[in-house]
Amino acid sequence: MIDLYARRRLRNRIVLGLSFAATGLGLGWLVLILGALIVKGASGLSLQVFTEMTPPPGADGGLLNPIIGSLIMTGLAVAFGTPVGILAGTYMAEYGRYTRLTYVVRFINDILLSAPSIVIGLFIYEIMVAPMGHFSGLAGAVALAVLVVPVVVRTTEDMLLLVPRELREAASAMGMPRAYVIGKVSYRAARAGIVTGILLAIARISGETAPLLFTALNNQFFSANLNAPMASLPAVIFQFALSPYEDWQKLAWTGALIITLAVLALSIIARALTASRRTA
Amino acid sequence: MTMAAIHIEVPRDVPAGPASDPGETKVAVRNLDFYYGENRALKAVNLPLYAQKVTAIIGPSGCGKSTLLRVLNRIYDLYPNQRAAGEVLLDGNNILLPSQDLNLLRARVGMVFQKPTPFPMSIYENIAFGVRLYERLGRSDLDARVEQALRRAALWDEVKDKLAANGLSLSGGQQQRLCIARTVAVRPEVILLDEPCSALDPIATAKIEELIDELKDDYTIAIVTHNMQQAARCSDYTAFMYLGELAEFDTTSKMFTTPSDRRTQDYITGRFG
Repeated sequence: MIDLYARRRLRNRIVLGLSFAATGLGLGWLVLILGALIVKGASGLSLQVFTEMTPPPGADGGLLNPIIGSLIMTGLAVAFGTPVGILAGTYMAEYGRYTRLTYVVRFINDILLSAPSIVIGLFIYEIMVAPMGHFSGLAGAVALAVLVVPVVVRTTEDMLLLVPRELREAASAMGMPRAYVIGKVSYRAARAGIVTGILLAIARISGETAPLLFTALNNQFFSANLNAPMASLPAVIFQFALSPYEDWQKLAWTGALIITLAVLALSIIARALTASRRTA
Repeated sequence: MTMAAIHIEVPRDVPAGPASDPGETKVAVRNLDFYYGENRALKAVNLPLYAQKVTAIIGPSGCGKSTLLRVLNRIYDLYPNQRAAGEVLLDGNNILLPSQDLNLLRARVGMVFQKPTPFPMSIYENIAFGVRLYERLGRSDLDARVEQALRRAALWDEVKDKLAANGLSLSGGQQQRLCIARTVAVRPEVILLDEPCSALDPIATAKIEELIDELKDDYTIAIVTHNMQQAARCSDYTAFMYLGELAEFDTTSKMFTTPSDRRTQDYITGRFG
């Protein structure tokens, strides 16, 4: 009896110790990465970074063109991908919950969700860049949109499935047409979750480099022309970090810090939204 | 509050019930079978709901009480694999026909569920929303309708200063009364109550029973309940269901004093399983 209990306690301690160690290991790397980013990136943060173009080696400059490029392409990707994702998720959770098509779409969506982004980049290269004959910001935005869709589909479906059956029944029992039940009741009940999904999608694409290298490429100069190559933070970081020039490397660190802080801010907003839903 | 408390301590006598003259039949269930997939949950049920009367449906868990109620507004239609056979006549028209418009049917046959289900919007909107679906009212008319519905549900005094607050911020009993107000506001002809008090405390229960009593002047009401006292207190007619069949239907006073079916007697006196 005592022996049994003592052994159980010992086992508990061992597992607890292992759990702590694993947590420490995981968090440790994160702290190291963040620390390095802040140490090396923060010193380069200045107004200049946000107001000047990327410089040639040895000259002064900032990251304005890649920041603007990233904002344009991310914004367009969200504008293209979110409606598709929300509508598909709505179909799966509301109209087609019991249909075979939903199972098929969910399966394919899960594959897309975990597909390497470089494959998406190559795909868009084949269907857009090659036929058009040049790299373009539009192709970059489309590549990112393809990454947005599966994330939004998944979260929209999951969040709508969490809406209690009773709520939908109650709304239908009022004589509400199906579209109203979805638009006025289901969406409202799932709103925080769906918005969180969109923010997570933005967080995911804002750091993507591979799909942009095949589509938007990069641009040394400022360009808001969607039909021309467009700079982006990840691509500039990639180029500058690999360069032998110290000032470029420094700008790369700063750019990495900016992306990280932006994604961090989005995550915090997403968390706050989810939390406010729980207390509501 | 005191009224309510008195209500609990001294349950009203079993209403005599106008046994001789049930009046007009609002809903007639004829030979109704219901299937969940292959599972037959209702077997040849025949039941009238008389206009402006309260009909209680009682019986042990799983006997098909809620299933029967869910046929009357065809809410089961939301799910594949659930189907009904037979006839349900609302004012003489069979609502089980495929040609029946479900939204119009549900606007006429309202339902309040076991669990309070306020919509994720303000108290005001919870009620106004349903009204706007079928009527075009001006702002002041709509305000009046919302107030009237909340007064009928005995909720007005508690929420009149916070109509903009989220419906979910109310207590369980208030939420259920909000759901009743919402149902009443669209002025249906029949109101179905599926164990509306099972999640409520005795005070809130008493309030809702009082409300049912008032509502029956205007509506035809069917209430599913597990609570014998509740059935006895607030209904004119009682249907006892057992294993998917309607075992007995009669005036509440007769059912609770001299039931003719042995099973009814056993169930009412608590001698069951």
